[in-house]
Amino acid sequence: MALRRDVSSPLIQAFWRDERFIRAVIQLIVLGVVIWLVVAAANNVVLSLQQQGIAIGFDFLNNGAGFDIGDTLIPYTNSDTFGRALLVGLLNTLVVSVSGIVLATILGTFVGIARLSSNWLVNRTAWLFIELMRNVPLLVLLVFLYTAVFLKLPRARQAISVGPIYLSNRGVATPWGEPTDTWGAFLAVLAFAVASAVAVGAGMRWWQRRSGRPKPIFLPMVGAWLGISIVGWFALPQPPLTLSYPEIAGFNFRGGRTFTPEFMALLLGLVIYTAAFIGEVVRAGIQSVPKGQVEAARALGFGPGRTLQLIIFPQALRVIVPPLTNQYLNLTKNSTLAVAIGYPDLFGVSGTIINQTGRAVEMIAIVMAIYLSTSLFTSLLMNLYNRRVRLVER
Amino acid sequence: MSIQAQPIPQRPSAEPLPPPTERFTVLGWLYKNLFNTWYNALLTVVMVMLIALAVRAVGEWALNVARWEVITANLRLFAVGQYPITALWRAWACVVVLWALAGLSLGLWSRRAYGSIALLLAFPFVLGILAQDETTRWALLGAAAAAAAGFLLGQLRQRWLRRLALAGWVAYFPLVIVLIAGLGSEAPLLPSVPTNLWGGLLLTLLLTVVGIVFSFPLGVLLALGRRSKLPILSALSVIYIEVIRGVPFVTVLFMAQLMLPLFLPGVTIDRVVRAMAGVVLFSAAYLAENVRGGLQAIPRGQYEAAYALGFKPWQTTLLIILPQALKAVIPILVGQFIALFKDTSLVVIVGLLDLMGIAKTVLAQPDFLGLQAEVYAFVALVYGVFSFLMSALSQRLEQRLNTAR
Repeated sequence: MALRRDVSSPLIQAFWRDERFIRAVIQLIVLGVVIWLVVAAANNVVLSLQQQGIAIGFDFLNNGAGFDIGDTLIPYTNSDTFGRALLVGLLNTLVVSVSGIVLATILGTFVGIARLSSNWLVNRTAWLFIELMRNVPLLVLLVFLYTAVFLKLPRARQAISVGPIYLSNRGVATPWGEPTDTWGAFLAVLAFAVASAVAVGAGMRWWQRRSGRPKPIFLPMVGAWLGISIVGWFALPQPPLTLSYPEIAGFNFRGGRTFTPEFMALLLGLVIYTAAFIGEVVRAGIQSVPKGQVEAARALGFGPGRTLQLIIFPQALRVIVPPLTNQYLNLTKNSTLAVAIGYPDLFGVSGTIINQTGRAVEMIAIVMAIYLSTSLFTSLLMNLYNRRVRLVER
Repeated sequence: MSIQAQPIPQRPSAEPLPPPTERFTVLGWLYKNLFNTWYNALLTVVMVMLIALAVRAVGEWALNVARWEVITANLRLFAVGQYPITALWRAWACVVVLWALAGLSLGLWSRRAYGSIALLLAFPFVLGILAQDETTRWALLGAAAAAAAGFLLGQLRQRWLRRLALAGWVAYFPLVIVLIAGLGSEAPLLPSVPTNLWGGLLLTLLLTVVGIVFSFPLGVLLALGRRSKLPILSALSVIYIEVIRGVPFVTVLFMAQLMLPLFLPGVTIDRVVRAMAGVVLFSAAYLAENVRGGLQAIPRGQYEAAYALGFKPWQTTLLIILPQALKAVIPILVGQFIALFKDTSLVVIVGLLDLMGIAKTVLAQPDFLGLQAEVYAFVALVYGVFSFLMSALSQRLEQRLNTAR
């Protein structure tokens, strides 16, 4: 035991009065209590499961599921395994989250800009929308949209048609591209187009640096990508996608693609709810750039477009991106509310599996692990991003 | 370019002009806020048309199509769920005491609080007009009278009254729990009401209040733990906070519902208490992060000054750091409490009959099939009113505690 000598007193301090000793003891006690709690709880779980004749393990995932899932992206029948059912749920969560994030970002940006509008009416409408969304639970919104909007649409025969899109209580049927034989080849063309765009971008940047004059970078990149893709589309012997239109057939639709009411309600609810929060994030970000920055840029001869692109955006993004990522994570986590309106997302499917097998511990562990790893991975990326923008600052 | 001094044009009269005055005129306001540029004018016209269409559609539905009798016929169910009618007076007692305390506090601490007291008095009267039966009206009248009496008493501004009011607020939470839950199955005065009969707004508010009361100290402890210099303590806090924040609320609720009985075999914890545990555990992690934000905003000098004045570490934390840190994050904390209030709606997923759950049972009544729009619009309104009241209250609190001015 290292003894510390107090400068003020010549006496050697007793070791139990040493601050380091006290700290170590406190921490060991806390750690001991936590470990004891965890071990006791785990022990109890195993014991009580044993009494019910259940052993903990993940083998049951290979057993036949025996239930149907309404929305599936990959082929699935009720004779497939629980594991595959879980995969279907995971993919559904991914689809809802990714499309929700894209749409909510677009709508949220509009809301944020509207909130800054000098037009009083636009400004107040955006404010009302945000307040409405912030004061009402998402669950109420989702259930309202599902039961009072999407399920109240007329039957398929009397479907409301908006152009080629049909709205009915069977869902929303839209025209959809059907891949033909040349689809694979076209994907290769698309990959080539992306690669060329990157190459063009690098070339233009090199030219800009060599000539010392600003050169367009973004437009040539888009041009290269679009040009190659369009040429590829028509050069192939057969168009890679054929558009198939939905048509009413009996009580349902044939052709096109029908999005179920559950999916539509969940997506719409998540999008408008998150858009309100994103709107506030965007507004705060734009307002965080001091006015002097714009004036200085104009004084230095930047045009309005370049000011936005090179001065306002990079600075606003630094403020916007971290809370925006938080909102994306919230949207992903909120997609578990799908269970309330019967959309088979990851959580919904695991609920069904728990009911069928009684494997609550394992399923909750799996679901939590998936969400937790998503969150931790995202915060890792966020930290990297933050470090990068901080480097740019100096 | 040649720079040449331009002669300054002389104004014909030497009289200085009066400072420009901006008078408020309706036309001027309209021009400045709605028609200042051509695209804003266009936007205004389009918005007016859209808003008119929306208002007409919603108004048409709300006034002519909607069958609001589903709400008025089930008001008691929405308010307290299956809570027994014989024990209903206990819920009313909670309301009356709350109104009395609110009136007393307004009278004691708030100057020029006429708007708030008017709101406090008007609320029972508006509800009384909506209510169908006599008992409800009398109870609401009692609440209004209690608020008025409290306010008048508060005008005395005596010291002992302030102490009484503070003690009242501290005692209010245990009082509510005792009143609602009862003292025991055999108790002659307040027999127990089993939690499976709690429901509606009562359950929603109870979940919220229990969530706030218990998760707040837990959150503060976690925040202090995370900022602690003791590495194990800080690591444990970080793990807890990040794990809870990384998973959806529903999974925490599910875990509390399914796993708590497994963790504690032999002990039967009832469903409502398990849900409350889930709410508390979840909310604490988020509160901890908010409180940590406040702690980080406290300058080092405050610690050093406290030590220099001879404060012990726990005194420094409790008396110097926490009051300032918490005051700095009041708006964020209230935002978190509002989120908690909204999140309690998820207990319907684990089968409790809170406001959302009651909405489902009401919709299953054969008389009121297919009235989802009315019921959920009403539920949304109730949630909206309470959230709005909470944020308004936080703004008042913030103004009052703003000692920096």
